[in-house]
Amino acid sequence: MIELYILLILMIIGSIIALEVRDLLSSVILVGTVGVCLSIGFIMLKAPDLAMTQLIVQILLVLILIRATISKDVRFINSKKEFGIFIIVIIGLAVFINFADEVVNNLPIFGKPIMWVSQTYLKNALNSTDVVNLVSKISLDYRIFDTFGAMIALFTAVIGVLAIGRQRSQEKD
Amino acid sequence: MIYLLCFVLFGVGMYGLLVKKNIIKLIMSMMISSYAIHIFLIASGFRRHGRAPVLDLSNNMQKAVMVDPLPQTLVLISIIVGAAGIALLCVVAIRLYQKFGTFDITKMKEEIED
Repeated sequence: MIELYILLILMIIGSIIALEVRDLLSSVILVGTVGVCLSIGFIMLKAPDLAMTQLIVQILLVLILIRATISKDVRFINSKKEFGIFIIVIIGLAVFINFADEVVNNLPIFGKPIMWVSQTYLKNALNSTDVVNLVSKISLDYRIFDTFGAMIALFTAVIGVLAIGRQRSQEKD
Repeated sequence: MIYLLCFVLFGVGMYGLLVKKNIIKLIMSMMISSYAIHIFLIASGFRRHGRAPVLDLSNNMQKAVMVDPLPQTLVLISIIVGAAGIALLCVVAIRLYQKFGTFDITKMKEEIED
């Protein structure tokens, strides 16, 4: 799994550069590359549905973010840093990583999942319905109420986008 | 070790969320944090030498070597809803730019207080 380590380190470096670079457009595109790396990581972790979804969603999000930044003339950021906040945040994150190390030691080791709930799903996979793809089977059959709630959240967000971004309310300002 | 790298990626997102002042950078920090959580959940369900959770109808003895499909389902829904949330945040950022003429949150605060 050395490729996964390399991919994760690339993602970390890419996100740090994307947060620190002064040009907003190149920073948006760097976040796009981080998302594509995540998609490749999903393929390595044997999740092809997620890889496809992540790729499509990433392209859409980069387009939306470019729409938000490209026509503005404030592409370059020139604000000075406050070093007090910076040092406090770095110390807090070091403490966080320290505790995360403790947590990771108590997790089941990588490559051997527990799979309490999934055993039932895998056992009854082909008998109850004739669906071949287990991910869509779980999301649309066993956990349909979960998906239903997520769809409510999705449509709420879409209504919010339409209400805030529509043209007539922009003219009133 | 892979879990720890995911935590570090989450920490990078949190750092951006706490330190940066540009709204677009804040949105990008939220995206990076959500990526870290997604890849952590998927890695927690990974099985060594496992197969993708798609059944092969010609062979019935293969269910034992599949990766865990449950985190994949949850993350699939989370990706879509998260994308809608990020789009909503972007629209709010565009409207704030139209109102204040800047993406900087401290300048917005000064303008409100004046």
